[in-house]
Amino acid sequence: MSGIPHDHYEPKSNAEKYVHRRLPIIGLIYDTIMIPTPKNLNWMWIWGIVLVFCLVLQIVTGIVLAMHYTPHVDHAFASVEHIMRNVNGGHMLRYLHQNGAMLFFLAVYLHMFRSMYYGSYKTPREITWIIGMLIYLLMMATAFMGYVLPWGQMSFWGATVITGLFGAIPGIGDTLQMWILGGPAVDNAALNRFFSLHYLLPFVILGLVIVHIWAFHTTGNNNPTGVEVRRGSKEEAEKDTLPFWPYFVIKDLFALAVILALFWALVGFMPNFLGHTDNYIEANPLVTPPEIVPEWYFLPFYAILRAFTSDVWIVIAVNWLTFGIVDATFFGVLAMFGAIFVWALLPWLDTSSVRSGRYRPMFKWWFWLFIINFVVLTWAGAMPAEGIYTTIALIGTTYWFAYFLVIMPLLGVLEKPLPEPETIEQDFKETVKASEPKGPKGPSAEPIPAE
Amino acid sequence: MKLRTLAVAALSSLVLALPATMAEATKVKGEVTNFDFSFQGLTGTYDRNQLQRGLQVYHEACASCHGLQYVAFRTLSDRNGPELPEDQMRAFADMYEVWDEELRDWRPATGPDHFPESQFEGAPDLSLMTKARAGFSGPYGLGINQLMKGIGGPEYVASFLLGYTGEEDFQAGSMFYENVAYGGWVSMAPVLFDDMLVYEDGTPATEEQMALDVAAFLTWTAEPKLVERKHAGFVGVIFLTVFAVLLYLTNKRLWAPIKNAAKKD
Repeated sequence: MSGIPHDHYEPKSNAEKYVHRRLPIIGLIYDTIMIPTPKNLNWMWIWGIVLVFCLVLQIVTGIVLAMHYTPHVDHAFASVEHIMRNVNGGHMLRYLHQNGAMLFFLAVYLHMFRSMYYGSYKTPREITWIIGMLIYLLMMATAFMGYVLPWGQMSFWGATVITGLFGAIPGIGDTLQMWILGGPAVDNAALNRFFSLHYLLPFVILGLVIVHIWAFHTTGNNNPTGVEVRRGSKEEAEKDTLPFWPYFVIKDLFALAVILALFWALVGFMPNFLGHTDNYIEANPLVTPPEIVPEWYFLPFYAILRAFTSDVWIVIAVNWLTFGIVDATFFGVLAMFGAIFVWALLPWLDTSSVRSGRYRPMFKWWFWLFIINFVVLTWAGAMPAEGIYTTIALIGTTYWFAYFLVIMPLLGVLEKPLPEPETIEQDFKETVKASEPKGPKGPSAEPIPAE
Repeated sequence: MKLRTLAVAALSSLVLALPATMAEATKVKGEVTNFDFSFQGLTGTYDRNQLQRGLQVYHEACASCHGLQYVAFRTLSDRNGPELPEDQMRAFADMYEVWDEELRDWRPATGPDHFPESQFEGAPDLSLMTKARAGFSGPYGLGINQLMKGIGGPEYVASFLLGYTGEEDFQAGSMFYENVAYGGWVSMAPVLFDDMLVYEDGTPATEEQMALDVAAFLTWTAEPKLVERKHAGFVGVIFLTVFAVLLYLTNKRLWAPIKNAAKKD
């Protein structure tokens, strides 16, 4: 499938030939798992497997949970408690599903940051990146609707706040919100459609994941150097790559086992640690909780949403320029969706021809600042929207947009990149040699000059 | 290099998870005492006698107002719970009345029935209260605190019951009582007094003893599968650790010829 020359499946026995002539499915599977993969992939390339595992985990636990769940405002909360108390293993299923969503997002963020640092989104992998961003958007929609299903206080009020964002759109807002909810407020109609969509979207995600994998199997994997695999001949390509099976499957499975051990410990010993306590109170439209906070994985965008209060000069300016159509709330909504949109446009905003951040001395700093900023925004999103916190969120938001719209386009012009290695093979050898234990091997006590 | 990336990955995952927990910690306004309970920590389990005492306190002090609508009477006989013998459980259920749709009348409760709902609007259902009030164990940092010292919900319930200062205030036609655990005025009057009941197992019924017992009982009502869950946690973590070690060794051996070849030239 990939453009890298490698051995293809050849049916040997008569039975294999019989199947292959009619449906080349064995060949498809063979070529998929034997894809030549750069030798030098580091441990940040394991998140893809973790994500596939998460999707399967969520679908499998979700299907069983759906067998016992009742999507009705009078029964939803009680049916979740029924799962927790009466269904065999139901408490583990539900905690796995709940915390599985968090592992899913943790993995997807690290996967995206990996892509950003090593320039995996750059040509020719833009479509892989765009499909990935679509998956991420669908994940957010799915997680949001899933969080509504237990029908706790935070479910209800979270749904009220988030669907209210659509209501903030001038003109069509109210109609749109009513259309989404199936009524004037979050109620049984909304709960039912959220359940239906929460069941549907994971399968759409599954389809997109297959397209995502197809896309990067066509271009080949990126790698920590960003240097392309040599494609002149099969021999040349084999110097840079190893087949995915068994080398990377085993490596990824090892990483997955370590991550799952930690994940299982969280589920087994403190499953409610990252959840909100108010969701153990049944939804009550008459009682607003003192604070409405989304799950942690939405917090950076929640911070961006709330950063623009009506006293920020840009809000005032835009409000004046649009004759009052764009108010502070709508501005916040635009900023939040805009933040994801500029992220998706990254392949076209980054002007540097060097892929890997390793060889970009200035980019490195801006990248790590982006990561710190992401954490700060997460924290600001969890804090009440007042005083110093909105100021911090505003600064963080400014950096977010500056990173994509100013820094990324400019760096490609301003920065003088370091020399990249000639080949992946060369980088692999250097890495292997560098990781050798420096000990009694040689008599060289004197430092060897680098040049 | 690999180790460094791994460390960075681990660190960033922790950092990502942190802010959410800090938010939880900020909403504490009352004073909550960090009591010790038998079910805390990695291996903690429920104390059967304490759950039975707590059930007695609930029955005598709480049930007249507060419901336990998600708890079925039959579960009082479940393993890792109060473990009432079947006949005692039935006799206990018999003291409660439930509405029967078929009879269109009230009848004494039996094993499969649930505890009644709260008697009036102002009194919340207590089934999940210890989970709804969790997060008071100062989970700053990485949650190790919560792992070892418990979720904080039962601590809150016990502190609340013991937190009355004795100050009362009559406002807008109803009585309010000052409570330090809540950090303000509440409409619920103090309900626990020394020796207000006689424990069947002979434990002295001090105010603190009763508060702790009912808090423990309400932790069980909120999380009846806690012991099973921790057990599954141990089995899973041990299995996955062994699995990870084997995969590590397999991976090392698999890559050894590739890496040796790379070192040679």
